[in-house]
Amino acid sequence: MSEVADTRRLNSKPQDLLDAYGPPSNFLEIDVYDPQTIGVGRTRYTTYEVRMRTNLPIFKLKDSCVRRRYSDFEWLKNELERDSKIVVPSLPGKALKRQLPFRSDEGLFDESFIEERRMGLEQFINRIAGHPLAQNERCLHMFLQDESIDRNYIPGKVRH
Amino acid sequence: MSFFSFGQSAEIDVVLNDAETRKKAEHKTEDGKKDKYFLFYDGETVSGKVNVTLKNPGKRLEHQGIKIEFVGQIELYYDRGNHHEFVSLVKDLARPGEITQSQTFDFEFTHVEKPYESYTGQNVKLRYFLRATVIRRLNDISKEMDIVVHTLSTYPELNSSIKMEVGIEDCLHIEFEYNKSKYHLKDVIVGKIYFLLVRIKIKHMEIDIIKRETTGTGPSVYHENDTIAKYEIMDGAPVRGESIPIRLFLAGYDLTPTMRDINKKFSVRYYLNLVLIDEEERRYFKQQEITLWRKGDVVRKSMSHQAAIASQRFEGSAASESALEQAAKEESG
Repeated sequence: MSEVADTRRLNSKPQDLLDAYGPPSNFLEIDVYDPQTIGVGRTRYTTYEVRMRTNLPIFKLKDSCVRRRYSDFEWLKNELERDSKIVVPSLPGKALKRQLPFRSDEGLFDESFIEERRMGLEQFINRIAGHPLAQNERCLHMFLQDESIDRNYIPGKVRH
Repeated sequence: MSFFSFGQSAEIDVVLNDAETRKKAEHKTEDGKKDKYFLFYDGETVSGKVNVTLKNPGKRLEHQGIKIEFVGQIELYYDRGNHHEFVSLVKDLARPGEITQSQTFDFEFTHVEKPYESYTGQNVKLRYFLRATVIRRLNDISKEMDIVVHTLSTYPELNSSIKMEVGIEDCLHIEFEYNKSKYHLKDVIVGKIYFLLVRIKIKHMEIDIIKRETTGTGPSVYHENDTIAKYEIMDGAPVRGESIPIRLFLAGYDLTPTMRDINKKFSVRYYLNLVLIDEEERRYFKQQEITLWRKGDVVRKSMSHQAAIASQRFEGSAASESALEQAAKEESG
């Protein structure tokens, strides 16, 4: 028969009630909504509103709202794949077939297709914005919080 | 196997003198099955009898000698031909000649050194066995009997706790603590994780026990990692200031003592891996080595001491604390 092991909990500091009941420090929500079709004819394209609310100190603005199109998301994905060591999540499809003429539906501007794409973009941006390594990249901050994307920007890190 | 069954043949087997009283221990075989073998410790004498039974009574059996060996060897699976023997003892039982009837020979290997624990792993095997042989011109008749050796330790003098603060700058800071750095195989890992900063969305946290078997030396070192246990310790998102307790009972898992650089051939080490998983399935982890050791069976401590520990756990009162003190005094007194 062996002796009884001491399994009592280790001592720990009691939690501060402000920490316990206060807002969590990891609040980050990004909504992709309000698709709008801009332009006419064959040069039409769809933009989405990208609204970010957060209390993470790494983001300069705690509440930001910008308009982005699919190719802007593609740009962000490419920048992150090149500069960071992250495995970047996938975007919803490019839907090249939908751009061909003689379709029976609205093609790229079909309502259900836009909704499917919107959901995929929302999932993509939430996934990537929560990644600690992606949060260091200048391109992510520009995508989320600058009025427009400067494709001639100088890539770099944000944190010291 | 003898294909030349014209002449005499015999069966040989080994029986230990203390076969009735000696304990057996379970040990994994190479194909994963568990078998029971006689258990020996370092320094114990191995003695018994070798029975040579003639298959055709009346006919003679010519031989070049009968012997028994006690062998301790390390076998690397990628180098099967080479057995590294670290213990090799021989006792000659009969000089070359002939036997006309079944015979029994006594043997004794006195106070045999068995420096390492028996181990069957992914890429290496350490075993001890007795091998009785009737040496003949064309083919020997031999029989092997495996035994299992356990190496025992006592409570280490120094057994500091492991306490560390780790994290990702500005994202996640935790302080983890494990009550000891050396645990015996039936011990309990008691610890806690304290959250200093949580800026990621954690979904759950688990602690894994990883066994790393290292074989080979120099440029051809090979590590084989095996996750022996996965134990969830937290489900849900923690916030700053929260403390999550750990209580992991090792007796439920298939563990061996830590083996360091055995005969310069292999090592078996254990690590605790603390893993935090966030909502996007990203994993954040911190690995920490622990030393495992095998405790010998101890005489039961006095009932009052056990009762005192139990009562304190549930009451935590001054009364039970003094009962513990009293029992401790009785113990040492």
